[in-house]
Amino acid sequence: MSASPDRPWQRLHPLSPVVQLGRSAVGVLVVLAIPYISSSGGRHSGDYFDLAVIALAAAGGLISWLVTRWRVEEGTLRVDTGLIRRRHAQVPLSRIQSVDVVRPALARVLGLAEVRVRTGVAHDGDARLAYVAEEQAENIRADLLAWAHRVTLTQTQDLERPLASVSNRRLLLAVWLQGLVPLEFLLAVLFVIGGFVAPTAPDRSSLLGAAGVWLLLLLLAVASSLNSQLGFEVADAPDGLRIRGGLLGTVVETLPRPRIQAVRQIEPLWWRPMGWVRIDADVAGGQRRKGEDRGAAGQLRILLPVATRAEAATFLAEIAPGASRPRTAAPSRVRWKAPLSYHLLRLGVEPNWVSAATGRWRRVTTWVALAKVQSVRWSQGPVQRQMGIASVHLDVAGRQVGVSLRDRDRTEALQLVEQLADLCRVARRQLPSPIALPPLPIAAEDPQPATIEGTDSGPT
Amino acid sequence: MQDDDAPLAIDTFRPASDGRPNSAPFADLPNWNRISPSLRKIRQLEVAAAAVGCLILGTGAGILSGVGFLAPLVVAVVGVGWGLAAVYMWRRAGSWGYLEREQDLLVRRGVMFRRLSVVPYGRMQTIDVTAGPLERAFGLATVRLHTASAATDARIPGLNRCDAAVLRDRLSTLGEVGAEGL
Repeated sequence: MSASPDRPWQRLHPLSPVVQLGRSAVGVLVVLAIPYISSSGGRHSGDYFDLAVIALAAAGGLISWLVTRWRVEEGTLRVDTGLIRRRHAQVPLSRIQSVDVVRPALARVLGLAEVRVRTGVAHDGDARLAYVAEEQAENIRADLLAWAHRVTLTQTQDLERPLASVSNRRLLLAVWLQGLVPLEFLLAVLFVIGGFVAPTAPDRSSLLGAAGVWLLLLLLAVASSLNSQLGFEVADAPDGLRIRGGLLGTVVETLPRPRIQAVRQIEPLWWRPMGWVRIDADVAGGQRRKGEDRGAAGQLRILLPVATRAEAATFLAEIAPGASRPRTAAPSRVRWKAPLSYHLLRLGVEPNWVSAATGRWRRVTTWVALAKVQSVRWSQGPVQRQMGIASVHLDVAGRQVGVSLRDRDRTEALQLVEQLADLCRVARRQLPSPIALPPLPIAAEDPQPATIEGTDSGPT
Repeated sequence: MQDDDAPLAIDTFRPASDGRPNSAPFADLPNWNRISPSLRKIRQLEVAAAAVGCLILGTGAGILSGVGFLAPLVVAVVGVGWGLAAVYMWRRAGSWGYLEREQDLLVRRGVMFRRLSVVPYGRMQTIDVTAGPLERAFGLATVRLHTASAATDARIPGLNRCDAAVLRDRLSTLGEVGAEGL
């Protein structure tokens, strides 16, 4: 561990309590609104109550600012917080996986930023410096990365290679066509029409009120997904994939590649006419960490919110080298079991990846890196036993369960289980594979465009 | 871990050489370990307890409601259900098996919904040995494996307590030796 110079204890920026207060503004407003909602309270006492609440919140913010300090010493980042229950967080610089600078809306207005240090530990393994001045945040980030990886920041920024970006126009259109949003919008419009057509006034107002609430919820959902995806850009940096996006809070997240367990390409029904797809990644340690903003948390990281199939293919060749579209179809007798989707079930097995495609309305193609597989499971229900088919499941870390190779012929499933265990072990140790794959029956060419050939077949 | 007094009773995972086409993977390997036959007794006790509970509730409700034929009907239904459940649980408890290979552990189970898990030693993160009250009464325990994936459901119930402890220690050692990064 290279010697990092010991620095004296430093405080966060004095305006940080203001930003913290802003973030908890909703809670404060709710508390303030209670006396007004329960009408009767006299005006006089109401004023004092409001002042008391605000003063309490401000005092809380001030105290937490006073007791928080941080420094870098002996190869460790130390952050002390808390008045009654002191918390001494120590992050060894060598364990740092990524350092991000986050600017929520209110902080940006005041010229502040938050530095988030992520380690590989799932729970309580992060350190946050909320909030410091913007330039100082960049300097801190550069210094921490330099000590952690012995790489200067200018180097990493020069080596950043843009992979993909999403045009805002396309995003604005796509976000309205996702999931149930079109149906909800239609319902709201129907409510409005019903409201105008209704014969009696109370009916009219209640229908319009319901339509209003529905529209508001819809707009909030759309706004929150826009919030994290406007101006979306993904770049390839030495320490991982750098993801930028968002209007009100420009989140820069660096996703180290080893954390990616599985990659998923989703083609929703409404996007089919335009040929758009979405790419997610299942990330290890994906449980929502304390303090992580909701846009970035959750079980999946969105790697590419909207893209055409060709763009998605290029992107996939970058993040999943060696993976191609699954080609092997399910046996034809599966038609009786899964009539709507059987002819779209596909499987692909390669030295480093296993992929599966399912779904009729919402096609999902999943690629799992063999080196990341945790366990292999085989299952056969009574109906499957009668038909002579079985399913194989590959589990990965992270909240999603992995890939299911559903409804394969029983001999094929046997082969898969017996070989995948060995293939996974070999992939983990990055040895050349001594096992020759027997040729699986290739289905008739499906009408999708050409196979993606990765440039190198090393495991990610 | 051979349980010497375990009768090789109904085996739902026959070897492939038997001619049955739908055997599970690895069914033809000879040294599958069986679990204690006491697990069957435990399951029968659980089924009996559930059936008696339903019986009491059902007949009580039937008698209280005053409708004449309800109580005997409930008794008949619960009786039939108990019989079916007893047979099913008997076969199911006998279907558990595990096999320690060089690099991984195989665990199989199930009668109607058959399952087999392959867990590499290097992926095992924690190994628990637990025992509920009934298991303790019969001197048995359950070994549970955990990997980084929530979907890995490998567990082996009905092992003798000392066998379970020995298995856990062996798996822990193998897990540490072969541990690979996430």
